[in-house]
Amino acid sequence: MEFFKNTNIDFLGKKWYFLSFSLIFSIAGILSLAFWHGLPLGVDFQGGTLVDVKFVNSPDDAKIRHAVDAAGYHDAKIQRFGAVANNEVIVNLPVRETSEQALDKGRNEIVTAFEKYFGAGEAGKIDLNNTSTGQLSDYLLNKDPLHLGTDAATRYGELARQITSFRDKNRSGVLSSIDELNGTVPPQVIAALKDGAFTSQFGVRSVQIVGPQVGAQLRKQAALATLYSLAGMLVYLAFRFEWIYGVAAVVAVFHDTLITVGAFSLTNKEVTLTVIAAILTLIGYSMNDTIVVFDRIRENIKLLRRESLSEIVNRSINQTLSRTVLTSGLTFLTVLSLYLFGGEVLHGFSFALVVGILIGTYSSIAVAAPMLVAYQDWRLAKTGAAVVPGAARRSSKIRA
Amino acid sequence: MRKNLLPKTLFIIGVLLVFVYGIFFGTDPDKAVAAFKQGGVGAAIQQNIHMGLDLKGGTHLILQVAVNEAVSAETDRVVESLKDDLSKAGVAYTDLSKPNPQNQPEIIQIKGVSPDKTSALREVVSDNFNKYDLQPAANNTYNVVMKASEDTSLKQRAVQQAIETIRSRVDQLGVSEPVIQEHGLGDYQILVELPGVDDPARVKDIMQSTAMLDIRLDMGGPYPDEQSALQANGGQIPSDAMLLPGNLGEGDNQPQYFLVSRTAAVAGSDIRDAQPSRDENGRPDVQFSLSNDGGRRFGQFTAAHVGDKLAIVLDNRVREAATIQEQIRDNVRITGAFTEQQTHDLSMMLRSGALPASIHYLDEETVGPSLGADSIRQGVLAAVVGMAAVLIFMLIYYHGAGINADLALILNLVILLGFLGFSGATLTLPGIAGVILTIGMGVDSNVLIFERIREELRAGKAPAAAVDQGFGHAWLTIVDTHVTTIVSAFILFIFGTGPVRGFAVTLTFGLLANLFTAVYVSRVIFDSILNRKQRGAALSI
Repeated sequence: MEFFKNTNIDFLGKKWYFLSFSLIFSIAGILSLAFWHGLPLGVDFQGGTLVDVKFVNSPDDAKIRHAVDAAGYHDAKIQRFGAVANNEVIVNLPVRETSEQALDKGRNEIVTAFEKYFGAGEAGKIDLNNTSTGQLSDYLLNKDPLHLGTDAATRYGELARQITSFRDKNRSGVLSSIDELNGTVPPQVIAALKDGAFTSQFGVRSVQIVGPQVGAQLRKQAALATLYSLAGMLVYLAFRFEWIYGVAAVVAVFHDTLITVGAFSLTNKEVTLTVIAAILTLIGYSMNDTIVVFDRIRENIKLLRRESLSEIVNRSINQTLSRTVLTSGLTFLTVLSLYLFGGEVLHGFSFALVVGILIGTYSSIAVAAPMLVAYQDWRLAKTGAAVVPGAARRSSKIRA
Repeated sequence: MRKNLLPKTLFIIGVLLVFVYGIFFGTDPDKAVAAFKQGGVGAAIQQNIHMGLDLKGGTHLILQVAVNEAVSAETDRVVESLKDDLSKAGVAYTDLSKPNPQNQPEIIQIKGVSPDKTSALREVVSDNFNKYDLQPAANNTYNVVMKASEDTSLKQRAVQQAIETIRSRVDQLGVSEPVIQEHGLGDYQILVELPGVDDPARVKDIMQSTAMLDIRLDMGGPYPDEQSALQANGGQIPSDAMLLPGNLGEGDNQPQYFLVSRTAAVAGSDIRDAQPSRDENGRPDVQFSLSNDGGRRFGQFTAAHVGDKLAIVLDNRVREAATIQEQIRDNVRITGAFTEQQTHDLSMMLRSGALPASIHYLDEETVGPSLGADSIRQGVLAAVVGMAAVLIFMLIYYHGAGINADLALILNLVILLGFLGFSGATLTLPGIAGVILTIGMGVDSNVLIFERIREELRAGKAPAAAVDQGFGHAWLTIVDTHVTTIVSAFILFIFGTGPVRGFAVTLTFGLLANLFTAVYVSRVIFDSILNRKQRGAALSI
């Protein structure tokens, strides 16, 4: 089976289409970054508090808003997390506390407010959906429903672990009633739980609190990492090729980065630390396709001295098209699987990869190679002498 | 022309076995077997492959150590000593204080020193305060400034001390495999990772509390047990004393009992700093300094007890006993038959007694185990689907050679997981994404080779020659592919934190393993197929 057999597509002839396509997306991204959504930063870059709450039943959005308002956070963002059927909500509080001592104030206030609105428990009772293993074990030890002797502490610790583990692993963190524990722990324990515990309608699954200082620190690190990555690629290419190839490849990769970040701005998705990781990976990955095309161009310049540069570039792209599309396609397949099945936590990460791999493949064909020709044309017009940027510093080998 | 593939095949099988062992038994086979008996294969693998907080749940904290407080405490002490020493040397001044204790705690200012006393002042500072520089300013004012090297090392010690304090406290909590280390991304920050802790408030309380450390008078002992302690003291413990367990030195697990004074001479909060050092004879010893108040009390106490023994008590256990040689003020030296290691440990313990400076929380992340369990499930599902899609595609597109690629890909995955088992590298959720990406990028190498082989076959070459050329020509491109991606991953590793680092590690190692599987293993499989074929028979690709 083969997809591409002796293709002969005139890629350079379509350079105006490519240019306008790239410009439209780049400019749309830039405009959105500058005037529309800006760059939506995740809590790890921006600072603030993120509380991930899962409900037993589909929660009433208005009621959640009420609870959050009651806690005094009118500017909090409330978002559904993942599919609606997940019954999961993320409450995002902006940084307000300037003093770091009060860093976890917001979280505590939100949880207290939720207890009030979605708790339905009597005072002094343990909320099974928001208790820790230690607390539960202490409660059971106090109650001693099984009348255990010397090793009571260990036994009840074990039972408490079984209960929280059942809640977390089998019920995704929330129990709808104490009866769900039937079969997990002895009936006496369940009776004891019914006595002094209840199940609220929600459980806090994760909390992330980022102080302003760490946020600023991370922003700087991320920007530096991206710059170093681009610089690293430039150095590697300068070592492998003539400088103009390096510049063309880095422009192409910069183009990919810009459009990927622009896609985040346009769709108003948050850029988090893992998204930056994805972008850095893309910088490396998108460079590959470009290098392969460049290698072929360089090889062909030596073989086909009579053809013009644009003919050579076209031929080279066509020769490598099959492998470019196949390799990108296969990587895209795995990334798509990550996007579809990898869960909400990795959503931003896999979104960046999905967009980036598409754009990266496109740019090695439509941006990097035509740039070489454009440079050549510009030099021709200026000096009248053709500069064939093909003479490699190292002895060139024939490439795949 | 048949090639002898036996050595290569055996080598590949050997590698396979080693890494399969890594997946199932890791570095600690006993624990893995125990986990297997309890929870089956899954539990055994989870025992070997360390999972990050985002997968198994837990709490991640970044703390800031207020290092200026440590500097300030040290210069406070020096201000007092300076006053003493200057009056002894007859140097008069109008004011001696710290002009900016908040932001520049390392500067002490002496105003109104009469010009004829300048050399006396110089002498005092250079003789008694060699970690400070004397800098003249206008109007007979002098600045005594802590040397930059000392300033940095003091701050570093404060961070190390805070780390030790926190570690000893976290250990008491029974948290398994906590990570407590300096957080490289910031200045004087500490990263704390506590797997399985779902109640960060409690942990934070415990970390910020003061540990119990004090120095008491050693009134008798060690005794092998409480009975003999009683007998030695006439059947009754004196009213001003109490009996404490303890053991001296390492490796001696038999508890001994010491009779110590009921009142402590120095409490943990009096200790400012401790470091290993050497005495006049070059023997290792431990020096620690006390706060002003503690130093005064300790001076009176030691003056009254020269020749007696001191007991250093940590968390109500006697950890060290030493003889008082002379009156000691704020700089205490514990000499004994110490080894280098022991002085290091002891000064660590002394330092961990009290937090050297206040800490506050910059960042806190708690992942509940339910979210972690969901993440594992989804990550594994995505990996399985992605892998299946790639495997099936390769089979359809390359027929017989697809089997070859699939085998190489599976081996690639085995090596990657085995590496995680052996190395103890942490698998995070982005790390799982790294595994998935490795599958996608790893298969690129096969595609490169296969496409080239097809090209050569099309050009009319014989299968053996085409395979040879295919591998030869694709090699450089494969190296390029891997180098660019690994450069990115390396930068990520340097700049990233926990989860992102896990991604960089799995991606890098996955791609390195890919060089072996896609090039070496795949080549051996091709050669073995060619060996069995008749000359000129077509290759399924």
